[in-house]
Amino acid sequence: MDIAKELLAGSRLALSRAITAVENEYDEAVDIMKKLYPHTGNAYVIGITGPPGAGKSTLTDKIVKEYRRLGKTVGVIAIDPTSPFSGGAILGDRIRMNELTLDEGVFIRSMGTRGSLGGLSHKTADAVKIMDAAGKDVIIVETVGVGQSEVDIVKAADTTLVVVVPGLGDDIQAIKAGILEIADIFTINKADRDGADKLNVELEMMLDLYQDKLEWRPPIKRTVAHRNEGIAELVQTLEEYYGYLKETDKLTERRTERVKAEVLAMLEENIGRYVTRTMQSDGEFEQMVQQIQKREADPYTLVADLLKRLLK
Amino acid sequence: MEKRIRVLVAKPGLDGHDRGAKVVARALRDAGFEVIYTGLRQTPEQIAEAALQEDVNVVAMSILSGAHPQLFPVVVNLIREKGMKDVLIIGGGVIPDGDIPALKEAGIAEVFTPGTPTGDIVKFINENV
Ligand code: B12
Ligand SMILES: Nc1nc2c(ncn2[C@@H]2O[C@H](COP(=O)(O)OP(=O)(O)OP(=O)(O)O)[C@@H](O)[C@H]2O)c(=O)[nH]1
Ligand SMILES: [Mg+2]
Repeated sequence: MDIAKELLAGSRLALSRAITAVENEYDEAVDIMKKLYPHTGNAYVIGITGPPGAGKSTLTDKIVKEYRRLGKTVGVIAIDPTSPFSGGAILGDRIRMNELTLDEGVFIRSMGTRGSLGGLSHKTADAVKIMDAAGKDVIIVETVGVGQSEVDIVKAADTTLVVVVPGLGDDIQAIKAGILEIADIFTINKADRDGADKLNVELEMMLDLYQDKLEWRPPIKRTVAHRNEGIAELVQTLEEYYGYLKETDKLTERRTERVKAEVLAMLEENIGRYVTRTMQSDGEFEQMVQQIQKREADPYTLVADLLKRLLK
Repeated sequence: MEKRIRVLVAKPGLDGHDRGAKVVARALRDAGFEVIYTGLRQTPEQIAEAALQEDVNVVAMSILSGAHPQLFPVVVNLIREKGMKDVLIIGGGVIPDGDIPALKEAGIAEVFTPGTPTGDIVKFINENV
């Protein structure tokens, strides 16, 4: 089956298989991506991140429904952590989105973080492109937490929505640096709980501190996801931000940065792979390691020599 | 290559017994599989469509209510109709021995009844995907 061709003709199975090809690094993935690339760049990509259990999936479900009401098609990529012990994972985000399964304007795909997080961000970016090429108007990427890996993943997004919840104590302090770097919009979810006002004040204070560095002050919304409260307003804010990105050319700027980063990452990966393969195919590498260990040579000189040879 | 076996663990119908499905889901995760768990009360259409979107290698259904003769074959047909010819479809739960041949005839590759060690399920999947 010509996956790219069938995907562009509207096949959901082909869309699904294309993501698998990228995720499993099948040989045909590069060919598929080459064919799809000209058809990308049209979707509005939204990253949703926040602490475990904050209500990200419930919120995603409701945001998708609101976009559907507005006549948009939506793709969702839901990422859950892979167990470091077994390499397996329970991907449970979909359980909150069951009502969307039979809507033909929606496509949901769960992904495990698997081994390398760096690798994941590029696979996520490719999965986004695949859904983009398939014609989805809006693509939502859900990830847990706000660590460095997630920061990389949300770089694939035009807008990052950070979900916070009342009652996490000092967590705001601990994650504020990371949060500020990526948040375009905040939502205080579980606003039905005590502490929403306090959290709101804390966030505003934090933003005040960074005021000078912010070209866009992230608005702070409130939602009660499982009761569908505040969702229409939140989607309106997501759209306003998209408008702002377009008007100010920030969208182009962000996407230019993204292309740069992607090309560099692909280069590094391919060169890295080439080097490892070449080195391991002859015994020279082992010999080098021996020499270095015995202090007969130093790694700095050997690596410089090698580079010269490999890249000529 | 970073291939992982992906399994959809699904509970079709109105049956609310989910303990077995959860035990199986956890065992499969611990065996290194990626498990997509969609929770209770799924229609056959939802299960087949989720299997397609997630591009799973295995669909594993659990029924303890006795509705397996009606539901299992419907899911098999829907999945095959969607063009997923090579998905391994298995079932488990409270299923009388006498019903098993008909289920296999309908395309359920294997049926696991109460008391099955989860290791047997892992082994079956590894040998048949
Ligand atoms: C615990 C239990 C309950 C709990 C369920 C809690 C829960 N959240 O799961 C509660 C109390 C809620 C309950 C309620 C009812 N129950 Co009840 N329940 C049981 C009981 C005692 C044990 C089930 C269990 O959890 N076993 C432990 C798990 C780990 O085992 P398992 O599910 O069998 O799974 C194993 C294998 O079957 C297999 N497996 C199972 N699923 C899958 C899937 C795949 C893909 C694979 C590969 C393998 C696999 O692997 C597992 C590991 O070995 C059984 C009797 C029994 N001994 O089975 C009755 C039983 C299932 N219940 C029964 C009934 C009738 C009911 C009620 C209708 C009772 C009533 N009149 O109110 C309600 C209905 C609830 C509902 N909404 O559907 C009947 C069903 C009769 C039938 N099939 O004809 C049973 C068989 C009791 C009986 N002998 O009458 N029940
Ligand atoms: N009280 C309250 N509960 C909510 C709200 N939103 C979601 N929940 C509940 O919070 C629990 C977790 O919701 P999820 O949507 O799975 O959260 P998540 O952030 O996706 O979780 P992970 O993906 O596991 O990190 C569920 O039981 C939801 O019903 C809310 O606004 N208020
Ligand atoms: Mg989630």
